[in-house]
Amino acid sequence: MDGFWLAALKVLIAFALLFNIVLVLVWVERRLVARMQNRIGPNRAGPAGMLQTLADGLKLMFKESIDPRRAQLGIYLAAPVLALIPALLIFLIIPIGAPITIGDTTYDLQVTDLNIAVLYFLAMSSIAVYAIVLAGWSSGSKYPLLGSVRAAAQMISYEAALGLALVPVILYNRTTSLAEIVAAQGGTFFGIFPAWNIVLIPSFIVFLIAGFAETNRAPFDLVEAEQELVGGYHTEYSGFRFALFFLAEYINLFNISALTVVFFLGGWHGPVFGPTFLQYLLPIFWFLLKTAAVIFVFIWARASLPRMRYDQLMEFGWKRLIPLSLVWIMVVMVAVGLRRFGLPWS
Amino acid sequence: MTIGDWLTESANWAFLFLAIPTFVASVMVVSSRNVVRAVLYLVIALGGSAALFLMLGAEFVGWTVVLVYIGAVIILFLIGIMITRAPLTKSVDLSHPISAKAPAALLSVLLFGVVAWAVVESFGLETIPLPEEATRTGEIGLSIFTSWVIPFEVVSFVLLAALIGGIVLARKDEPAEVP
Repeated sequence: MDGFWLAALKVLIAFALLFNIVLVLVWVERRLVARMQNRIGPNRAGPAGMLQTLADGLKLMFKESIDPRRAQLGIYLAAPVLALIPALLIFLIIPIGAPITIGDTTYDLQVTDLNIAVLYFLAMSSIAVYAIVLAGWSSGSKYPLLGSVRAAAQMISYEAALGLALVPVILYNRTTSLAEIVAAQGGTFFGIFPAWNIVLIPSFIVFLIAGFAETNRAPFDLVEAEQELVGGYHTEYSGFRFALFFLAEYINLFNISALTVVFFLGGWHGPVFGPTFLQYLLPIFWFLLKTAAVIFVFIWARASLPRMRYDQLMEFGWKRLIPLSLVWIMVVMVAVGLRRFGLPWS
Repeated sequence: MTIGDWLTESANWAFLFLAIPTFVASVMVVSSRNVVRAVLYLVIALGGSAALFLMLGAEFVGWTVVLVYIGAVIILFLIGIMITRAPLTKSVDLSHPISAKAPAALLSVLLFGVVAWAVVESFGLETIPLPEEATRTGEIGLSIFTSWVIPFEVVSFVLLAALIGGIVLARKDEPAEVP
């Protein structure tokens, strides 16, 4: 199969996969949070309520989309699409399984392996801020504007921490390609422990916390603090436009969890055995299982932690996370340098 | 080489496809009446230049432009505009007297002339083949920290000075408490 059609096919599969994941994800989150809060949650549409998200989506599609009178219509309409695009684009670089060899061609289970993937991910997540800022500004109303100013400040601050948390990973694995980062985590320590990047514990913690802030989820969901801001940046959006924001939010949640797995939890590595088809399916299974575990942590935190105050949020980002990452980068730098070059005087 | 020859190459069509919107957007940045729209045109212009870098195989530079300029600098512009004047529907008066416009225009033309002269002088009609694949980031890192380490350090020193200057300008010391 020549390059173009293969890429087109991969994009199509990635697209379908992502939308199905979101359908399941929203349902899982609602059910889980409901259980943690001693409620039942959606249980009517389909088996155990699994089709609830689909029903909600269809309903939103048929609802009227209202244009606020004071909105800047062009930007107002572009913002939801702009929210979805970076979310979809980030997924393209995530390797979801081991490369599959059929005949003598090897197919990577990721749409594209950029050799600069880490930078690409950071660039895309910084573009995601635009959707929120523009949505808030173009709505022509106060609450969305306040929400979006908060969002922009929060996302820029935590993006710095997110990027700094990835520097040790790059130093340690000596590559910026996600496929190679996963490949570098293949071995074991002392023959027992898998050689995942989770040994860079401070990075892992900073990345996870910054991930909470980047996806605007509790305890960092000040962006859409319902009690203060009605709904935040998407207050004025209704119908399908709101659905697009919602979709982007959940795709981002999946992306950040998947990237946590790729960067720190060994990607698709796991015990592989059995016949050939199982050897191809098991890495995908391990990848999805680990991602599900990280997503569970995200949902768990949402159900158990209260929202932070705005000044606490900013102080935590700039005065705790970023200095911690900087010190940790120096430690890793020295360690990696010693391992590679030995002592300077030897 | 005539224009007709030039247009037979598909890479040149891709170049035009990127360069024309970039150019138009750059003109719109300075001619737009609404500040927020001007900033958004700047995003398009920067995105176009990032895409041109990508087309030339300079992946690192391309994505860095997106990350630093589009992702951080312009967003800060937007926040600054939104929390200071927030011109939601009415546009701010952006017209300046000719005495301010003329030196700016002159300076821009001069700068363009100098850059264009430097490019023509050093390369002329020599064509540089497009690289087969993107430059590896590792090589860029090596060349920055070996052959270009002095310019790199100078630039970082300038940035440090700018950072300190920014803090000094923005910092407002509380007046001392009168006991």
